[in-house]
Amino acid sequence: MSEPIIRFDKVVKRFGALTVLDRLDFTVQPGEKVSIIGPSGSGKSTVLRILMTLEPIQEGTIWVDGHPLWHEERDGRLVPASEAHLREMRKLLGMVFQQFNLFPHMTVLRNITEAPIAVLGMSKQEARERAMELLELVGLADQADKFPHQLSGGQQQRVGIARALAMRPKIMLFDEPTSALDPELVGEVLTVIGKLAHEHDLTMLLVTHEMRFAREVSDRVCFFDQGRMVEEGPPDQLFTEPREARTREFLKAVLAPQE
Amino acid sequence: MNWTEYLPPLLEGAWVTVQLTVYSMVLGALLSFAAGIGKLSPNWAIKGLSVVYIEIFRGTSLLVQLFWLYFALPLVGDLIGINLRLPPVIAGVLALGLNIGAYGAEVVRGSLQAVPVAQLETARALNFTRRQTLWRVALPQALPEMMPPFSNLAVQNLKDTALVSLISLGDLAFRAEQIRNFTQDSVTVYTIILFMYFGMALVLASFVRGLEFWVSRWRARA
Repeated sequence: MSEPIIRFDKVVKRFGALTVLDRLDFTVQPGEKVSIIGPSGSGKSTVLRILMTLEPIQEGTIWVDGHPLWHEERDGRLVPASEAHLREMRKLLGMVFQQFNLFPHMTVLRNITEAPIAVLGMSKQEARERAMELLELVGLADQADKFPHQLSGGQQQRVGIARALAMRPKIMLFDEPTSALDPELVGEVLTVIGKLAHEHDLTMLLVTHEMRFAREVSDRVCFFDQGRMVEEGPPDQLFTEPREARTREFLKAVLAPQE
Repeated sequence: MNWTEYLPPLLEGAWVTVQLTVYSMVLGALLSFAAGIGKLSPNWAIKGLSVVYIEIFRGTSLLVQLFWLYFALPLVGDLIGINLRLPPVIAGVLALGLNIGAYGAEVVRGSLQAVPVAQLETARALNFTRRQTLWRVALPQALPEMMPPFSNLAVQNLKDTALVSLISLGDLAFRAEQIRNFTQDSVTVYTIILFMYFGMALVLASFVRGLEFWVSRWRARA
């Protein structure tokens, strides 16, 4: 096996007295598509927020692309990361949010070009061309000049995906990307994510409640509960013959209404 | 003396009032943003300076600030050997601007803090610097929220200019007082300037409303 692109080493995350991640060990290989499922409060979204450097950790080490994420190596020791180091590491990651979080005061096009121009120093011309390619990819090339409030939720989320991709990350984090959508809009967003998964060598980490989609798109599915990874495995195995009782219980509860 | 004869001196005074209002508004707006943003700075020196400025100018009377700048500051200057004698216009604009800026700073701070945390997190995820996040993400979304309270402050500022007549600046209130002393025609004089202040306030409020429309042009309109 090659060097993992993400490695959690005994990571502890607490919110006050509440332990959200409890000595978590977790690895992802380059190009791998991994889905994280589990009940709310299981710490699955926290894994993504920690990776995006939106939440610090209390113990343990996280390695991303061979570098410590929340630490820096100084004189052979790991010390807490500076903002400069975090900025460097963030270049590797892109995130798609549950509530889309588009910038409401910018057009669709500017939502996508703003960071490449301001952060990557891309020329306006180049950023525009790249944005239009990405809008083409997510099927919204004709909406470039609209404002977010003029779009449906599904369209907004597709812009959110294009915006994250515009920064050319190696790793894409999807935090419940369809949970805030009306049921009839879920499909268009999943289609785009599925297309990315099948056609690109991006590493993808997906927190989702869409079990059927997780099964279809992932190389591996991880079941989280109470801050621990209870079980992981290929989707066919995990969904049909889960080893752990807790996993069976959860799958039974979430899959029952769909049968 | 016919009431129409009051008008030329009153209009002259009104022009001074307009100038005082505009200059102090510009100064106040600059101070509002500087201190409002400064109060949220992670740099304790900038933050401390902003808090001290805001609290001093909100916590003391405008009249006292005006008198202090005009009457007390020159004496302080004499003590330390610097000429700090301010022309009345400068003293007036400074006092008004410093005062309104302190109130405006709290409006700016409040509006910036009302920007959803998710927007700031998204900016962080896209690797914007703190400064880029402020200018490109937070301020454009906070501006529309600032406009209604700014409108109140601008009108307040216009009315406060009447205080500068007390340092013998020839504004509208000062001219009115002169005419009244001369003619004893209180009813006519005060009625005229009542309407003149009201008219100026209307213009000012609609100017700020135009500004509000412009800074919220990206918003959904009902």
